[in-house]
Amino acid sequence: MNRFALPLGLFLLLAVVLFVGIRHSPDKGIIVSPLLNKPAPEFALPALDAPERIVRPQDLRGRWYLLNVWGTWCVACREEHEMLLRVRAAGVVPLVGIDWKDDDQQAQAWLRQLGNPYEVVAVDHSGRTAIDWGVYAAPETFLVSPQGIVVYKCTGELTEEIWNKEILPRVRPAAVTSG
Amino acid sequence: MRRLALIAALLGLSALARAVDPTQLPDPALQARYVALTHELRCMQCQNEAIADSPVDLAADLRNQVREQLLAGRSDQQIRDWMAARYGEFILFRPRYSLRNAWLWGAPLVLLVVGALVCARILRARQALVAADPGPLEDDAGR
Repeated sequence: MNRFALPLGLFLLLAVVLFVGIRHSPDKGIIVSPLLNKPAPEFALPALDAPERIVRPQDLRGRWYLLNVWGTWCVACREEHEMLLRVRAAGVVPLVGIDWKDDDQQAQAWLRQLGNPYEVVAVDHSGRTAIDWGVYAAPETFLVSPQGIVVYKCTGELTEEIWNKEILPRVRPAAVTSG
Repeated sequence: MRRLALIAALLGLSALARAVDPTQLPDPALQARYVALTHELRCMQCQNEAIADSPVDLAADLRNQVREQLLAGRSDQQIRDWMAARYGEFILFRPRYSLRNAWLWGAPLVLLVVGALVCARILRARQALVAADPGPLEDDAGR
């Protein structure tokens, strides 16, 4: 019987290692951003509705905001739009849009037709700011703290579930525990 | 003759493949580094392709960054680090060595040593059996 002890032990060890690995691996295709808990990358981009106005992250310091990367070419962004409008209506945290590699006129038409959930939209024509933020698949949403630190990133659509589980507790810890 | 035609056709195809990225840097050494780098950076959108082979916009933007940074005199390692700082280790097809993944590199060696020890033990046990063996087995057909 003893001769089975070692192989059985090794097998159990391997099983435990694989089980832990499977349980802890993030959803397939979702990549943990190296930006988390780091300062929000700088940018200086023109506003969509007033190109002479420059939007900068340091101007947004001192309060929470959600930075949402979108584009009119992005199908999932259209599906997400409804949720963004609800976020705006909730008035808990402002939305800052980055219009990624898009046509200004189309973007403006989109906001007129579907409603504008953003406090301000900055236009990233070159795509350089999106690269600095590690964006690879719109829509992507970053939660930035009043200290200018990226505390959460959602790749793909922002959903009611993510809003309730990840964003609200961070922005308004008191409201969640009491409610 | 037919083989020549086949080779010509295949060469034609390879020209097609290059059409994804027509970039030519002025300096051949720089161009070689550019080709190597764009082949070892992952296209984040179509995750099993290198940015050199991917036709998506983001891959083109990232290739552009590689080109500009090479022209600005940055080293290969600086460019890799720049990419990893934004997209994480995942963008590197060749991950960097670190304490966190050291066990990945070390485990095969450890397993090899363990396997060799197990083999040695089994072989020694067999040798002992051979030494103790009095001779060929009786033919048991008569049993």
